[in-house]
Amino acid sequence: MVYEPVIGLEVHVQLATHSKLFCGCPTKFGGLPNAQTCPVCLGLPGALPVLNQQAFEWGIKTALAFDCQVAEVMKFDRKQYFYPDLPKNFQISQYDRPLAKAGHLDIAANGTTKRIGITRVHMEEDAGKLLHDPKEPASYVDFNRTGVPLLEIVSEPDLRSPDEAYQYLVELKAVLEYLDVSTCNMEEGSLRCDANISLRPAGASEFGSKVEIKNLNSFKYVRAALTFEMGRQARALDAQQRVAQETRLWDLKSEATESMRSKEGASDYRYFPEPDLVPFVIGRTVVESITRALPELPAQRSRRFADAYGLSAYDAHVLTEHRRLADLFEQAVASYRRPKPVANWLMGDLRAYGNARGKEPEEVQVEPAWLVHLLEAIDQGTISGKMAKDLFVDMLDQQQDPRQLIEQRGLKQIVDDGALDRLADEVLAAHQQSVEDYRKGKMNALMFLVGKCMERSKGKANPTQVTEILKRKLS
Amino acid sequence: MSRLCELTMHEARARIEQGGCDPRELLRDVLDQIERLNPLLHAYIAVDRRRLEAALDARLRQGPRGRLFGIPVTVKDNLCVQDEETACGSRILAGFRPPYHATAIDRLLQEGAVIIPRANMDEFAFGSSTETSYFGPTKNPWDPARVPGGSSGGSATAVAADLALGALGTDTGGSIRQPASFCGVVGLKPTYGRVSRYGLIAFASSLDQIGPITKDVTDCALLLSVIAGHDPKDSTSAPVDVPDYVGRLSAPIRGFRIGVPNLPKEGLDEQVGRAIEEATQVFQRLGCSTVPVDLPHIGSSIATYYVVAVAEASSNLARYDGVQYGYRATEPGYPRGFVWRSQTCGGGRRECREPGGERPPTHTLSLLDMYERTRDEGFGAEAKRRIILGTYVLSRGYYDAYYLQGMKVRTLIKRDFDEAFQRCDAVVLPTSPTPAFRLGEKLDDPLQMYLSDIYTISANLAGVPAISIPCGSSREGLPIGMQLVAAPFGEEALLRAAFAYEQATEWHHQTPAIKGSDPVGQSHGS
Amino acid sequence: MSVVTKQDVQHVARLARIRLEDAELATFVPQLDEILGYVRQLQSVSTEGVEPTSHVLPLANVTRPDANQPCLDPERALRLAPARHNQFVKVPKVIE
Repeated sequence: MVYEPVIGLEVHVQLATHSKLFCGCPTKFGGLPNAQTCPVCLGLPGALPVLNQQAFEWGIKTALAFDCQVAEVMKFDRKQYFYPDLPKNFQISQYDRPLAKAGHLDIAANGTTKRIGITRVHMEEDAGKLLHDPKEPASYVDFNRTGVPLLEIVSEPDLRSPDEAYQYLVELKAVLEYLDVSTCNMEEGSLRCDANISLRPAGASEFGSKVEIKNLNSFKYVRAALTFEMGRQARALDAQQRVAQETRLWDLKSEATESMRSKEGASDYRYFPEPDLVPFVIGRTVVESITRALPELPAQRSRRFADAYGLSAYDAHVLTEHRRLADLFEQAVASYRRPKPVANWLMGDLRAYGNARGKEPEEVQVEPAWLVHLLEAIDQGTISGKMAKDLFVDMLDQQQDPRQLIEQRGLKQIVDDGALDRLADEVLAAHQQSVEDYRKGKMNALMFLVGKCMERSKGKANPTQVTEILKRKLS
Repeated sequence: MSRLCELTMHEARARIEQGGCDPRELLRDVLDQIERLNPLLHAYIAVDRRRLEAALDARLRQGPRGRLFGIPVTVKDNLCVQDEETACGSRILAGFRPPYHATAIDRLLQEGAVIIPRANMDEFAFGSSTETSYFGPTKNPWDPARVPGGSSGGSATAVAADLALGALGTDTGGSIRQPASFCGVVGLKPTYGRVSRYGLIAFASSLDQIGPITKDVTDCALLLSVIAGHDPKDSTSAPVDVPDYVGRLSAPIRGFRIGVPNLPKEGLDEQVGRAIEEATQVFQRLGCSTVPVDLPHIGSSIATYYVVAVAEASSNLARYDGVQYGYRATEPGYPRGFVWRSQTCGGGRRECREPGGERPPTHTLSLLDMYERTRDEGFGAEAKRRIILGTYVLSRGYYDAYYLQGMKVRTLIKRDFDEAFQRCDAVVLPTSPTPAFRLGEKLDDPLQMYLSDIYTISANLAGVPAISIPCGSSREGLPIGMQLVAAPFGEEALLRAAFAYEQATEWHHQTPAIKGSDPVGQSHGS
Repeated sequence: MSVVTKQDVQHVARLARIRLEDAELATFVPQLDEILGYVRQLQSVSTEGVEPTSHVLPLANVTRPDANQPCLDPERALRLAPARHNQFVKVPKVIE
């Protein structure tokens, strides 16, 4: 049978505040264990939480960027469960009056845009980190991360394929980067994702039983895990088996999801209003002023790129998906007037460079001026297109301006006719056999001779000019 | 007056300021009284004489000379005092030394007070008799066969028997006022938000308040003026200015309207009822008018309280799980609890449980077993009952019928008071339906224990301030307390009315006979 | 009719991570039943259109600036722990 997946994503975003959600401890990643704690985030008896104003404002800002309806009054609730990384054995979260509801994000799908609903956005505190002893039956707790501010963004089950889920995450991350509210660093856990997926026969309107997948540390894993899970569930359904409603973990080694043995089957979080925090009223004027201060978001920027620079909708979209890439583009075209080659270099070579090194394109360090200098050198004929490609890699590897590299290596092309003339004579004299072959009609011989000229000039000869000169001499 | 420990705080303050009293001598006399009476009364869980004297010496050399300079004040065992054991009367926190001061403690220290920690209390303030303390019960100084009330029974007993000049207690459903009334002293529960809760080990966060327990109304005003005021560390602390409570005490109350509610009389001791009627007449003689007020939902207050308070408590106490601090159950075969160590307790040597020495391995239990056994062994019966009740009323399927409905009735109770205070300046009512009851009398009947809080609980639910002052004596010679309740932030009115009443009567001069007598030879069960 | 059964109490005790010995359970069940029976009177109070009160004070929007405050000395925090391993708090193995 043909099945259709129904996918929803829960994304946890760490807000890049200096201090934690309810206390003044730093949120910096990678500190000594248990060195970034205080009575409040340790949940010591008697300590009380006070909300971080910046986190509150960034929460509203983010919700507005997804066109959410921001609550007039929000409150915090306690979500209660016992776990050693949760100092109070409850998490301060939001239950029935979250920060915002009913937003959406438009993503690129199958050459068009698709609107994905955002159910809700709420604030909560993070838990600590557990390490497991490989030899002893013991675990170790580091509370540095407890109380770090998180925003949970829950999508509607509107996604219909692993690729759509991937695209949703890429575009959601883009919005967060544009808002400058999170480092979005997945390795450090500042962006995390859980996925819900169920399968139903294509065309059916009822949902199948839902499986939640955790431990998805990169967007690629999200896509892979969803793909795996589609296969697993389809096989079960084809075999007339029930798909258990459960939580599964993505296992990196086996590239499969594994059941968590339904450990939360009997969960009852006993939410109730957090008595230690007062309600928060979000007035119209606050919403209006934060809305006015919203930066240009990826969708708007993409439209502007298409209009202002004459890029295709596709190019504009790809360029604006990563804020740094788009910034780089705009900085480059401010001094180099032809947008298309700039876009091509960024989308082609820069992306390839990043891919080869396991980096996202926006993680590659590059100065806009370097790109401009490289393009100018090509335009002036100082370097060939082929040389430029190599130089681009060197420029990024060595983090140097291509002008300097051209100088240092004497990489300038030989364009002087006299010098090229002498070079051609030398090569022709040394390869009489090829000269004869050419005269007999073997066109390959010409290519061979051009190659020898390039070799002898250590690549500095302009190949077009050399070809012309050789042809003239051989005719 | 023969002894320094018998002084009120304001008397001691005047003497110290005039150079007529050395704070060292004052502390010494209080410590002597503790050594004499604490073995019988057990107002304190533990007192370390040398540590206290050394602390005072350090303060005298340098330290603030504020409004409480050199005055020994005790604090309930649920207020965090940095580096001093603070265990909330519970085994599960035995040995816990907070790495920080509660805001109220900070403020006492800023004014130069000498803090005597560890006034005994019901475990986690769950009780009305101070019998549920893991460290043993406190006895009533007026009759050691009776309870001092609770949960701040240690604080009230200490003040009544001159084991401290003043005390801080906490009040979630009457825990300051009821023991004050049982011990014949003054106790005030401030408006919710008046005093910071930062560092108060929470029982029910939306009801808890810290307040003074003192020998007279003037001391009460003095202590309140020190601890009251906004604290940025407590989100529920009110940014409301603190009036000059002491300076305004003697402002006349002529023209005050005293509200007399029509109360449920079930279980009300007729002696208590009569004492309140007589007290009302005193107010009339002082030029106050009396007006009948209606509090129609007061009958639902206990039921409401035992939903709201236990729900919050079950959540607040979830953190005591043996992971980060306090008691952790060890594997079978090891003795339950901590290594025993002997230390000074209440004047005499006695064994207290303290962490220390080699700890047995704790990881051979599974995580679930560790949790369940830690909480089974660490909590007493009343704590477990309340945690289970609270978990029940919040659990799936019961939330709406219990917790949500409780919060709605709470709104109605609050409205009752709002309306009453449209018509009067303060409502008068008994603090407790009876004088102090006997030890053990209600221990096995939790509901009866709960019902004895009938007159105090509604002030917590409504968040309004209330004071208890001595207003009579029973046939057995036990003190009777009168309660006055005012509108939010009406502490000044309460204190003025209480002060005028105190000036007009002699009840506050009555003291328990035990204070002067030699307790040796009196029977005590320890 | 009783409000709670032994099974209810056991279920809730499990949620609250409290192990009750049989003897304790035997006294608790009737006590809790009596208390909940008493508390049930609340359900007869008319609360139609009444908003629940979770805070008695009309306070709102209490926040603090996003500034770092000194942390606790880690030694001080770890000293409180019943068991530790180097710079970590040690607990029985958490099975994932």
